[in-house]
Amino acid sequence: MFIRIQKDKCSGCETCIDSCPYDAIVMKDGKAEINELCQICSACLSVCPEGAITETEENSDKKEKGQGAGVWVFAEQRDGRLADVSLELLGVGGMLAEKRGAELSAVLFGSTEKEADELIKWGADRVYHCSAEIFSRFNDEAYSRLLSDLIRQYRPEIVLAGATPAGRSFIPRVAARLRTGLTADCTSLDIDSETGNLLQVRPAFGGNIMAAILCPHTRPQMATVRPRVMKRSEYDSGRKGAIIKVTADNITSRTNVIETVKEVSGAALNLQEANIIVAGGRGTDGQKGFDLLFELAGVLNASVAASRAAVDEGWIPYRHQVGQTGKTVGPKLYIACGISGAVQHLVGMQSSDIIVAINKNPDAPIFNVANYCISGDLFEIVPMLTKKLKEVKGL
Amino acid sequence: MKTIVCIKQVPDTAEVRINPETNTLIRDGVPSIINPYDMHAIEAGLYIKEKTGGSVTVLTMGPPQAETALRYAISMGVDDAVLLTDRAFAGSDTCATAYILSKAIEQLGVDIIICGKQAIDGDTAQVSPEIAEFLDIPHIAYIRKFDDIKNDRIVVQRLMDEGYDLVESSLPVLLTVVRELNDPRMPSLKGKIAAKKAEVKKMSASDIGAGEDDIGLKGSPTQVRNIFAPGTTKDRKILEGAAEEQVDLLLKELTELKCL
Ligand SMILES: Cc1cc2nc3c(=O)[nH]c(=O)nc-3n(C[C@H](O)[C@H](O)[C@H](O)COP(=O)(O)OP(=O)(O)OC[C@H]3O[C@@H](n4cnc5c(N)ncnc54)[C@H](O)[C@@H]3O)c2cc1C
Ligand SMILES: Nc1ncnc2c1ncn2[C@@H]1O[C@H](COP(=O)(O)O)[C@@H](O)[C@H]1O
Repeated sequence: MFIRIQKDKCSGCETCIDSCPYDAIVMKDGKAEINELCQICSACLSVCPEGAITETEENSDKKEKGQGAGVWVFAEQRDGRLADVSLELLGVGGMLAEKRGAELSAVLFGSTEKEADELIKWGADRVYHCSAEIFSRFNDEAYSRLLSDLIRQYRPEIVLAGATPAGRSFIPRVAARLRTGLTADCTSLDIDSETGNLLQVRPAFGGNIMAAILCPHTRPQMATVRPRVMKRSEYDSGRKGAIIKVTADNITSRTNVIETVKEVSGAALNLQEANIIVAGGRGTDGQKGFDLLFELAGVLNASVAASRAAVDEGWIPYRHQVGQTGKTVGPKLYIACGISGAVQHLVGMQSSDIIVAINKNPDAPIFNVANYCISGDLFEIVPMLTKKLKEVKGL
Repeated sequence: MKTIVCIKQVPDTAEVRINPETNTLIRDGVPSIINPYDMHAIEAGLYIKEKTGGSVTVLTMGPPQAETALRYAISMGVDDAVLLTDRAFAGSDTCATAYILSKAIEQLGVDIIICGKQAIDGDTAQVSPEIAEFLDIPHIAYIRKFDDIKNDRIVVQRLMDEGYDLVESSLPVLLTVVRELNDPRMPSLKGKIAAKKAEVKKMSASDIGAGEDDIGLKGSPTQVRNIFAPGTTKDRKILEGAAEEQVDLLLKELTELKCL
């Protein structure tokens, strides 16, 4: 498929020039012409008053899959190590690239060639890697300058990044610099089969509603995605791809990180890495209830999380809080005990593979998202669960 | 120090629901509040004024009713209030909103801009870094503590996933603040009187020199295609029977799923 302008019909009115998000239409000898920047996005098709622009199947100058087009993933690193969300983005990015018949690229700032190579094994066809010193630590201005420069140079049609503190801080600058749209915190991404546009779904109003967002007229289409929402693709140690070295001359920043202080204990970090989470809400009624949860978590080798109500009561520190104003988690198993299931809590744990809810109230909204609903008293159910698990595991 | 605090009036989102039949928002009777994070931004502005002198201006883009939010900020102690209101602003996404705010800020002049971490209606947290980019000034997000404020330099703690960063920046700078930073004060009696009398400055698209292609729906790269209610889980099992039966059943299922 490609786009063609019928020279004899073109009146030279230039209407199509502004319609192109890629600056791929230029005037030559008084007629419009499509150059190599065309991404076949079809935005120009309907604007020509003469009907001179058409889509054809001929492959005379069919675009090579690869450079120029494609899906980009910003691969975040911390202390040189790839953040999990980077691998999750390659998962969803790969699906989108396949639907568009395009390549999947990753952009890595800081870190080493070894990590760049890891990105290829996780699904990237090419990696743009800049190892300059200024990028070893997160820096808004430097990161946004270089990423927008690269986007201007290579013109991907989709750019994804993690909705992490860093991603949510610097990606909006990139979007503003490029004057393009950005959709925050997407929970699902797909290609609209009719238009080929990126269909971005995200919660709004505290998760009370979902909104589907499009960015039809400007490129790239940009989105941030919450960690732990998308699935990684398969790791293939034999996978091959290209690593493109990027230099960063003249990139400076007016902000400077003097020091990075780690405060979070293992327990809370584990929360986002945990395979199993036992979570408690106001229904735990304080220390006594949480003691039961910690005991169950011990047997399951699980981490303990909490609703905001439990945190506000002071029963457990803030870093255990899951939800809109806490952490987003996506374990294999989430056991919610005495949690009503307010939307603000649900947005933080809904993407768990299996959700078990234990609640006294059979109408609690948590049961709408649970796979297994136990209506009963947690003070009875939880100890029984712990006891039986101990038996099974021979503890 | 001249500080501008950007605030937004939002529906109290905990109470917004969707009509599942029509897929439209039910906003009737939902109270409007100042975005909770912006309350901390106002407090931060007042703190800077107390430390360094100067003035604090609150700025909002919104419908005429948003004046209520500005007057509340005055009752807390800010000096001036500016309302950006124009039919042409309607339908602005984060990009267009940030453009409009940046044009106004350019006119007002500023050393420090303070925003909330995010607004609870959209939860995007995008407007603030976009304002900074349009103004071509640095920004620091998620401030939880001020360490030092000088005329040409600021040092703050930025909350991150695993702890915090100590970050310094030149001025002018834009900061976004989190709840841990401070406790917003209550309006004083004197403040309440001032709020009644104060004049709220109104500015339109032409006042700030914003071009029509850059604002409203036209200036917004993103479009909302549709909204819908969050779904419920399809494969849902309600476990029946006495507590012990339920526990046994659960363990059996979870073992089969290799979850344990
Ligand atoms: C802007 C904003 C942001 C928010 N962010 C978050 C967030 O990040 N995370 C979060 O969690 N919340 C958040 N909230 C709060 C949220 O709206 C709810 O208030 C909170 O999640 C409720 O916590 P809960 O379910 O533990 O308490 P409740 O709603 O009080 O529910 C307690 C539940 O326990 C059950 N129960 C009581 N006793 C027992 C028993 N013995 N056995 C079994 N069940 C029992 C009850 O039936 C009830 O369903 C936010 C709110 C706002 C406005
Ligand atoms: N219409 C607006 N008027 C003034 N400030 C705004 C407006 N929208 C957003 N902001 C500011 O930008 C912050 C982030 O908002 P958001 O990007 O919508 O989550 C808010 O906390 C406000 O400080």
